[in-house]
Amino acid sequence: MTKAAQSIKPHRATTGSWYEFATRHRASIVAVVILIFPLVMPFTALAVNILIYGLYALGFNLVFGYLGLLSFGHAALFGTGAYLCGIAIVHFGWPWYAAIAAGVAGGLLMALLIGVLAIRTRGIYFAMVTMALSQCVYYLFYQAVDLTGGENGLRGINVRTIDLFGLRIDFINPMIRYYVIAAFVIAAFFVMSRILASPFGAVIEAVRENEMRARASGYDVTLTRLLTFVLSGGFCGLAGALQALHLSIVPIEILHYETSGLVVMIALLGGMGTFFGPMIGAAVFLVLENIVSVWTVHWQLIVGAIFIACVLFFPAGIWGTLIARGRR
Amino acid sequence: MAGLSFDLIALQLFAGLALGAIYVLFAIGLSLIFGMLTVVNFAHGAFYMVGAYVGLYLISIGGNFWICLVAVPIVIGLSGLAVERVVIRPLYGRGIDYPLLLTFGLSYVMVECVRIAFGKTGYPFDTPEVLQGAVDIGVGYFPLYRLFVIGATAVVLLALWLFLEKTSYGLIIRAGARDPQIVRVLGVDVSRVWLIVFGIGTAIAGFAGLLAAPLQGVIPEMGGTILAEAFVVTVVGGMGSIGGAVLAGLLVGVVVSMTSLFAPEMAKVSIFALMAIVLIVRPHGFFGRAGLMS
Repeated sequence: MTKAAQSIKPHRATTGSWYEFATRHRASIVAVVILIFPLVMPFTALAVNILIYGLYALGFNLVFGYLGLLSFGHAALFGTGAYLCGIAIVHFGWPWYAAIAAGVAGGLLMALLIGVLAIRTRGIYFAMVTMALSQCVYYLFYQAVDLTGGENGLRGINVRTIDLFGLRIDFINPMIRYYVIAAFVIAAFFVMSRILASPFGAVIEAVRENEMRARASGYDVTLTRLLTFVLSGGFCGLAGALQALHLSIVPIEILHYETSGLVVMIALLGGMGTFFGPMIGAAVFLVLENIVSVWTVHWQLIVGAIFIACVLFFPAGIWGTLIARGRR
Repeated sequence: MAGLSFDLIALQLFAGLALGAIYVLFAIGLSLIFGMLTVVNFAHGAFYMVGAYVGLYLISIGGNFWICLVAVPIVIGLSGLAVERVVIRPLYGRGIDYPLLLTFGLSYVMVECVRIAFGKTGYPFDTPEVLQGAVDIGVGYFPLYRLFVIGATAVVLLALWLFLEKTSYGLIIRAGARDPQIVRVLGVDVSRVWLIVFGIGTAIAGFAGLLAAPLQGVIPEMGGTILAEAFVVTVVGGMGSIGGAVLAGLLVGVVVSMTSLFAPEMAKVSIFALMAIVLIVRPHGFFGRAGLMS
């Protein structure tokens, strides 16, 4: 329960170490880093990718790191968000903000559907059932050619300008596009910080630490798991919707189980159950992928090997290892 | 619906059993490894795929299918032994998720190595000449090779059953699955038992890959699809239960082939619907022990 107790009182008197400072202002720190981030990156497209996958990993980390359930089906949540956002624009001509809302709703709903079934299982089963169900979602979207474009992906999500309170913002300009997406990502980080600091956030971690004790304390463990999974779906749906706007196309591979595996790798690399881990993991992973793919097309070999090394030697991830050092 | 005779349905049923036989082989390996080691082998699909590629390679250097049937399980089994010894063993006692994550990373590496060695595109895999053609099985003509797949699976199952139930080594394995601590106290080197079980499980996966190759060809990604479907089999049958894996594997095969007859567009989705029903009605599967779930 020690970890849960900490997140109930994030504003306690501090010892002044950098770790305490980082914990207290965690969402603000993320916001500042995100705002100056594109200025140090070689190209903005990569920075946008890091933002989106960081958000995707943030949602995944809520289930994996904080709730302690390993899901191998998050591609279904991410992909449904992307597809619903895209379908709303391409087939129904919805404005961009409504399309993003549709993406978030899609992520929430898909998480509810998968969650209701998968939560019935526990432990190692959860990974298998979520993976199988997300594979099912893949086939469903694959076959709904009229809506999703099937194998070719959903094309034609063209959002050129964004109208905001009478202002017309040019969404083609990569730098502006980055900051528009960044606004959503930063907002999501503030919401996540709020959820984790709330009493509900403490219950999530209590369930992970000791299920029996949480149940004995009167908490509905099953409901907590389901709610957390659904919340995670909302974050992943938002990430998917932003991805659809960013790419102007939703490829069918977004629902492939490798997309589920990708976020597992990112979360583990960054540090599971840590607030900054997902963003750090996404940045390191994607930059690495970018560098390695310059000199070999077989970057998956390198990435897989690094992941194996991570599981064997650094299971706490980059940020988790740093925290352990900082606390010492 | 007019063209659907009893014979057609019966034939489709047999086709489903042949497909199910591959699922059974894949899933018993998975189940055996989980039952003994509590490791969910995410690289099982990769071993299956490498099995098919090793067969392809052996035939390209002049071997024939019968040599492959013996050599492929040996090669894959040995590589399974190496994997368990080198990378999985350090993870015992460190939480059930870690071996799963590790084998997931391993599957990336294996798939990419095969892509480097054989290229990204798939290859056809010729059915051995003796097994080409069809035979009359009473309700109509049925491809001989599929019949062979069913037979070979039955032989493997029988051999595995004899090994587990009738040999002293099998006794140790069964005891190790129930209570590794006591077995260790009795002076048995449990880690060696686990090593061998992992080897057997992967050897069967390689064998299944080889058997599946003439049915669907070989591509580097073939393992990923069957892995998800095998998870359905293990959930339906009950994790860690070999009998459950056999029954559920055949059931899943028949469900796939029957839906592809009646509603082809639903064939891929049907097995997941089956899993959803089992999860609602009986969350620990047909033969799963309820305790394994928590």
